Amino acid sequence: MNDLVRFAFALIIWPGMLGAAGLGLLYLWIARKLTARLQGRKGPPFYQPFFDVVKLLGKRTVVPGGANRGFFYALPVVAVAATALGLMIIPVPGNPASSFAGDVVLLLFLLEVPVFCDVLAGYVTQSIYGQVSAMREGVLMLGYNVPFLAAVVAMAQHAGGFSLAELCSAPRGVVGVFAAIAFLLAIPARLKSNPFSIPNAEQEIVAGAHIEYNGAPLALFELSHALEVVLLIDLFMVLFVPSVGDPAADALIYVAGSVALVCAVTAIAAMTARMTVVRAFRFYWVWGGMAAAASIAAAVVN
Amino acid sequence: MNPFAWLLTLSRRKSPWIYCTSAGSCNGCDIEVGPCMNPRYDAEQLGVLRQGSPKHADILLITGPVTRRSREALLAVYAQMPSPKAVVALGSCPASGNVYARSPTVDGPVSKFVPVDVWVPGCPPRPQQILAGITQAAQLLARGLTADQQREAAS
Repeated sequence: MNDLVRFAFALIIWPGMLGAAGLGLLYLWIARKLTARLQGRKGPPFYQPFFDVVKLLGKRTVVPGGANRGFFYALPVVAVAATALGLMIIPVPGNPASSFAGDVVLLLFLLEVPVFCDVLAGYVTQSIYGQVSAMREGVLMLGYNVPFLAAVVAMAQHAGGFSLAELCSAPRGVVGVFAAIAFLLAIPARLKSNPFSIPNAEQEIVAGAHIEYNGAPLALFELSHALEVVLLIDLFMVLFVPSVGDPAADALIYVAGSVALVCAVTAIAAMTARMTVVRAFRFYWVWGGMAAAASIAAAVVN
Repeated sequence: MNPFAWLLTLSRRKSPWIYCTSAGSCNGCDIEVGPCMNPRYDAEQLGVLRQGSPKHADILLITGPVTRRSREALLAVYAQMPSPKAVVALGSCPASGNVYARSPTVDGPVSKFVPVDVWVPGCPPRPQQILAGITQAAQLLARGLTADQQREAAS
C-alpha cells in the first residue's frame, strides 16, 4: 500500500471523516445523556445527534440579507475540512498514515481553523449576537491558548522534536504531568462547554456565532464541532497516555480514556455556571499561566 | 422509497426543534411550555430541543390571540423559519380569541395570517397535550403533510 492510499484512507475512513464523525456524534450523545441524567431527566436516545444532523441537511438554507453568500457557505466547509485533515495526521491506534517532521505545528494550526471560522461566521452573518459571540471567542482564544500551546511545546521540547511520532515514543515523566494539567485546563474552553460556554451562551446571546446559520451549513458546523471534540481528545490521548505495545490493549485504552474525558468535561459543565469573559480570561492567564510555566520549566530542567 | 429519503423522513420525525413565540398571550401557555423540558416530562427524549432562533427550528409554537401589535412580529418569525416547517397553535386564544374575542386590539384568529397544522386546545393546555401536539406536528413533517410542504408541492 503506497503513501497516497494510506493518507486517503486516514482522511476518509479512520481516523478521518467517517470514523471520527460516528465517534464524535456518539460523544455528543454521551454528553447530552449524562447532562440529562445528572439533571434527573431521561435524556435522548443514542441516535439523536445523528438524526439532528441529517434533518438539518434536509432543510432549505436561508442566507441572511447583507451576508456574503460565498463566505456564508464556505466557512462551515472549511471548518469540517480542516478538522478532518487534523484527524488524518493524528497517530491514534489504527491510523495507517505515517508521521512527518513538523506535523505537530500543522496540527496546532488546523486546530485553530474551526475557531477562526466561528469568529468569521459571527461577523459575516451581520447579526449583533453573532458579533458579540465572535468578539468573546476571540478574547477567549487568547486565554486558553496559553496553557494549551505551552503544554504541547513543553512536550515537544521534552521529546526533542516537532513530530507526533517522536512525541508518542518519548517517556512522559514529570513534564507529562504538568503539561497534562495545562492541557486539561484548556479543554472545556476549546469545546465551549460550561463554565467557559461564553461564545455560544444560550439564554444570553441566543445561539452565538451560528445564530443566522440554518439548514445544511448549520449541519456542517455541528459536524465540525463533533470532529473537533474527537480531534482534541485524540491529541490528549496521543500526548499523555503512553502506548503499552499491544494493539488491542492500546485500542481499549484509547476508547476508555476518551469516554472518561468526555464524561469528566460533561460533569464539570453540568455542575458549573457560566463565567464572564473577563473572569475566564483572568483564570487562563493566572492558573493556566502557572500550569504553562510549570510545564515549560519542567521541560527545560529535565 | 430510496434510502436517503427514508432516512430524512425518519430524522424529521425524530428531531423536532421548536421555537415558541407569543402573539399577545397572557403568558399562561408559555409557562406550560417550560415544564415540557423539565425532569417530569423531558421532551428531549423525543428529540425535542427548544431553540432561541427561529432559523434553527422546525416547529413554531404560537400562543395568544394575535394582537395588532404582535401581528408583524409573528409574520416575520414565520418567514424566517426555513422550510419544511410546521405550526402548532397553543391554547384557545389562537383559535377563537378566547376571552379576548372581539376586542378592538385583537386581530385573530391566527389562521388568517399563518397556516396552522395542529391545534392544541385548552386554557392553558397541559404539558402532555403540548407534547402530543409537537409529536403530531413532527409526524406531519415526516409525511410531508404540513400546510407549508403542501403549498411547496403544489407550486
